[in-house]
Formats: sequence, C-alpha cells, structure tokens
Amino acid sequence: MTATPILRLRGIDKSFGAVQVLHDVSFDVHPGEVTALVGDNGAGKSTLVKCIGGIHPFDGGEYWFENEQVQVHSPRDAAAMGVEIVYQDLALCDNLDIVQNMFLGREKRRGLVLDDATMEEMAAQTLEGLSVRTVKSIRQQVSSLSGGQRQTVAIAKAVLWNSKVVILDEPTAALGVAQTAQVLELVRRLADNGLAVVLISHNMNDVFAVSDRIAALYLGRMAAQVSTSDVTHSQIVELITSGRSGDLGLAHSNGATA
Amino acid sequence: MTAAVAPEKPELPRGPGTSKKNGAAGTASMRSVARNYVDRVRGGELGALPAVLGLIVLCVFFAALRPVFLSELNFANLLTQGAGSIAIAMGLVFVLLLGEIDLSAGYASGVCAAVLAILLTDHGWPWYGAAGAAILTGTVIGLLLGVLVAKIGIPSFVVTLAAFLGFQGIVLMLLKEGTNISIRDQTILAVANNNLSPALGWVLLAVSVGAYAAIQLRQNRNRRRRGLATAPFTLLAVRIGGLAVLGAIAVHLLNQERSRNVIVDSLKGVPIVVPVIAVLLVAGTFLLQRTSFGLHIYAVGGNAEAARRAGINVAAIRISAFVICSSLAAVGGIIAASRGNSVDPNTGGSNVLLLAVGAAVIGGTSLFGGRGRVVDAVLGGMVVAVIQNGMGLMGYSSGVKYAVTGSVLLVAAGVDALSRRRAVQR
Repeated sequence: MTATPILRLRGIDKSFGAVQVLHDVSFDVHPGEVTALVGDNGAGKSTLVKCIGGIHPFDGGEYWFENEQVQVHSPRDAAAMGVEIVYQDLALCDNLDIVQNMFLGREKRRGLVLDDATMEEMAAQTLEGLSVRTVKSIRQQVSSLSGGQRQTVAIAKAVLWNSKVVILDEPTAALGVAQTAQVLELVRRLADNGLAVVLISHNMNDVFAVSDRIAALYLGRMAAQVSTSDVTHSQIVELITSGRSGDLGLAHSNGATA
Repeated sequence: MTAAVAPEKPELPRGPGTSKKNGAAGTASMRSVARNYVDRVRGGELGALPAVLGLIVLCVFFAALRPVFLSELNFANLLTQGAGSIAIAMGLVFVLLLGEIDLSAGYASGVCAAVLAILLTDHGWPWYGAAGAAILTGTVIGLLLGVLVAKIGIPSFVVTLAAFLGFQGIVLMLLKEGTNISIRDQTILAVANNNLSPALGWVLLAVSVGAYAAIQLRQNRNRRRRGLATAPFTLLAVRIGGLAVLGAIAVHLLNQERSRNVIVDSLKGVPIVVPVIAVLLVAGTFLLQRTSFGLHIYAVGGNAEAARRAGINVAAIRISAFVICSSLAAVGGIIAASRGNSVDPNTGGSNVLLLAVGAAVIGGTSLFGGRGRVVDAVLGGMVVAVIQNGMGLMGYSSGVKYAVTGSVLLVAAGVDALSRRRAVQR
C-alpha cells in the first residue's frame, strides 16, 4: 500500500526483571492506514505500546520515526514527535468540560488568562474535522457524556495536536453496538485523513471492519504482520493462539515453547 | 443510565437557539439557558442553589420571629461576624477541591493572629509589617502541610489533625500559657470595627458594578465576533442588574445611622471587612476560573491520574492549595484579632474551623473534590452567620446553636453525597 512506514521498530527487546516480555519485535505503522495490533492476553501488546509512547524504555532495538532513528525517553518526547496514545481508561476529568479536557496541560493563554475563545474554536474545528456531531455542546461536562462520546473526546484530544500517529488501546471494549460502530467509523476517518492509526483490539469483527494491516503478537514475538485483505478470520485467530498459521507466523513456535 | 442506552444518531438541534455545529455558534435563547440550568440541577450539579434557598428561608424565618434581625445594626453585625470564618472557608475551598481536608486551618489562623499581636504590641512593628509576617507565617505553615501530604504521602486528614493539636500548643506557647494580648494598632482594629464613609461605599459599588459589566460585555462581544456560543443579552442584563440592585440595597442599608446614641458616636457606612472579603472573592474566583493554575486544581481534584498524564505537576498543585489555604487562614486570623481587639489562646480555636468547613460545604463545595467555587464560602458563611446570629437573637444557648449548625452541616454534606451519587449513576 503506501510506501514508507512512518514508525518502524526493529529487533525490540524488553524485559521486566527476569521476565522477557518482548523478543526481537519488528513493527511497522503506515500513514493513512489502520494497523490492528492483536494478540492474546499477555502477548505484549500493552508493553509494546507503552514503549512506543515512551512510558517504558526499550532494552534493545531500533526505533525509527519518519526515517530517522530516535530515542524516546518520556511521554513528552513521544508527544513532541506526534505520537499520541489513547489509553483504555481514557484519562478524562469528569468535572471538566470537553474543551477543558482536550486542552488539559496544554492550555492556550493570553498572558495570565486562559484564552477560552481560541480553545473553543480549535476544539470545535477538530471535532468537525472528525465529523463528530453527537455532542450537544462542547461546553458540557464530560460526566454527562456516554461511553462512546467519551471515547470520541479522548480521540479528538489525541488528534488536536497535529499528531501523526494515534494509538488506541481497546477503544470499543466497553461500548454497545451502536457506539462501537460510531467509534470504528471515527477510527477509519482518522486514517482517511492521513494519520497513522494503531488499533489494539480483541474483537476480530472490529479488526476486519476497519484495519488495513494486522500485526499479531504471540508470547512477546511478532508472529506476522500482514495485509488484512490477504488473510481470513481463522488465520488471524490461529496466529493469536498458536503463533503460526500455514506458511504464516513463527517458524519454530511450537518447538520453542513446548 | 439513559444516556448509555439512547442510540447516538446525529442529533438535531434540540431547541430554538441551541446551535448547530457542535453547539459552537450563535446566541442561546433564555429558554435554552433556563432548560440547561434545570438539567444541570437535576443531574446533581446543585451549585449554590441550596445555600441561596437556605439563606432566604432562614432570613424570612428569623425576620418573622425577631424583627430586630432585619435592623441595619444587626445586618452590619452579621457581616463582621461572618468575615473571619468566610476568609478561612475561602482557603478551605482550594483544599476541598483536591478532595483533601485541612483540619488545622482554625488554629493556623490562631498562630498567625498570635504572631500579629506579638509583633504589633510587644515589638511595636508597624501594622503592614506585622500583617505581612502573619500572612507569611500562614504561607510557611501551608508549605509544611502541603509537602507532608504531597511529597511524603501522609493522608491530609492525619497531617492536619496532628497540626491541629500542634498549633493549639504553639498558640499557648506564643501567648505564654494563655495571656491575652490586646491590639492597639488603629489600622488593624479598623478592619473589623470601622466603616467606609457612605460616599466611598457608593463609589466602590459603582466601580465594582462598572468593572463587572465591562468585563462581561467585552467577553460577550469578543465571543460573538468570533462566532462562538454566547449567553443571551437578557441573562447578562439580569446578572449585572442583579449585582447592582443587591449591592445598592446593601450599601443603602449599611449607610443608615446604626448608632443608638448619635451624639456620642456615629455608626454608619459599609464595614471595611466587606471590601476586604470582596477583594479576596474576586482574586480567588479569577485564580480558579480564569487561569491554568485554577483549571489544574479542578483537574487534580477530578482525576489526579489524568492530570498527571496531561503533564500537570500534581504534587506542586497540592502543595500550592495548602499554601493558599493557610495564607487565607492567616487573613481570617487577622480579621478575628481585629474584631476581638485582642488575641487569646481561643483565637481560631473552638468552633472556628468547623464553622469554616461548614461554610464551604453548605455553600456547595464538594467534600469529594473537583467541585466548588470561592463564592460558595461566602454564601455558606452567610448561612452559618445567620444561624448563629438569628438563634442568638432568639435567646437560644450556645449548645443549641452548635447543635443546629452541626445539623445544617450534616444536611449539606448529605445533599453533596446524594447529588454526587446521582451524577455518577447517569
């Protein structure tokens, strides 16, 4: 599909104490595409994402961003490059309104005073750019929003800062059918707007509905990274559960773990 | 629960005046403003509503039973009686917004008042030096409490309970085991005992209303020009007019002669503590509502983890809230010293802290953090002052007054807990 990946990881290792969580992981993320990151519980998805976001340092391997090798030591470094992560718990303040949440920690000011008008304009533009029409007023408190609307606000917060890579950790896990469809639509729209989107999900229907590529982790190793159109549901399930499926996947996974 | 079930199709604008485009543009109608307010109240965001209603009911009740309650003299007394604990309550709002508590604020004000009295009377410092030192003492106390809570991680309840005892001891030591130091400095005495000249009262009111109107109108014009949602003009007129009318009634009443014997002593004008409290109210409101710092206090109180991830220095915010609280407690201590004409081991003691916490909570500041405004302290403080004053006029003993004030605090905390539960349930 598109030529060069915007984010490229090679040979990533990560251990917590004696436990090695990631083994020699390679991972590519392309702009304008949704890359689904799948894997069973404990496969290392969250660790990989936290390493990308600068929360944990890698033990070894290369982190390439826009064709340059980079060192990411903190979430601020990642944010400065344009990598934003939307965690499962969303990290929103219920007692603040939508605009305040979107700008939290990075408020626009005029002198000492908050520049509410500018922030409101920018927030409205961002939501409009994502074709979000479900919120009644951007000045309503987050506590009054539904789960899907909260997810929308969290995603809008991530794209507000001209980010290039947006990583979503199970954005639909807690949502009903209608809201899931809405969030997936939004995920697709982000990629269509040219962003590189990483979607962590356990739900194969979601993965096949929106992703362009699928990366499957198995026990800390990258089993395969394939185009969604080239594989079937059952092949991905096999990659997740056993690390290989036909010619795809890890060569000796059975021997290595047995 | 209803919100989660409702399908989220693109919604049509709900009513006349609710805007298209994410509610970002146009002037809302009065009807939609009123409906939004009712929705908010139903959703558990009661704000200052219970305090305002309570204040009206109490005033009507006491006025009916004891007409002297409505006299100009009593009105002025009410304001000066409440001022000290209102200042302490304003500081407590900052700490309560974080979901913390400062039980030592009362005795912190006592320590600061003792510092003031010793420097003024025993060392002959000028009033500004002594008052500055008293406030600085409050700042240092707040810094100490804040560091213990935010950096060491001791629960604020325990830190300030220990400080409550400790400061009580320090006051006793400063005052040499309970002597009473009288204050003779005319400026400090004037704060709670003297009045503005009637003309100056009107001038200050005119300036305040004018400034308020200018800020509101400018903000509204700015937003309209940029195509953002604006409040209807009627609402602005009601707010500005309301401030002007209430202010005018208060100034007019306070400018009446209250002295029983005019030949001996003329007593009229707005008590000086009123503009002092007003300045604290405006400054605190500005800090909380219009600056990043204030927003971060709300954020830490609402979701500390989210605030941390947004890059906010949570420990610094916690410490500064305690610093503000203890510094305002010092101001409360100065007002109390002025009103009492002296400082003794009971200054800032007994019920001062509980009345201040009661004032903040009755005014609508949540004990669970994240919700509250500085004006809550003023409204709640007035409720507390009216109860104390009205029941005093009715001849009830202190025992009954305490019991009633305690019950009102319990009711306010109950309303807070229930409205919070209601908000969570949605």
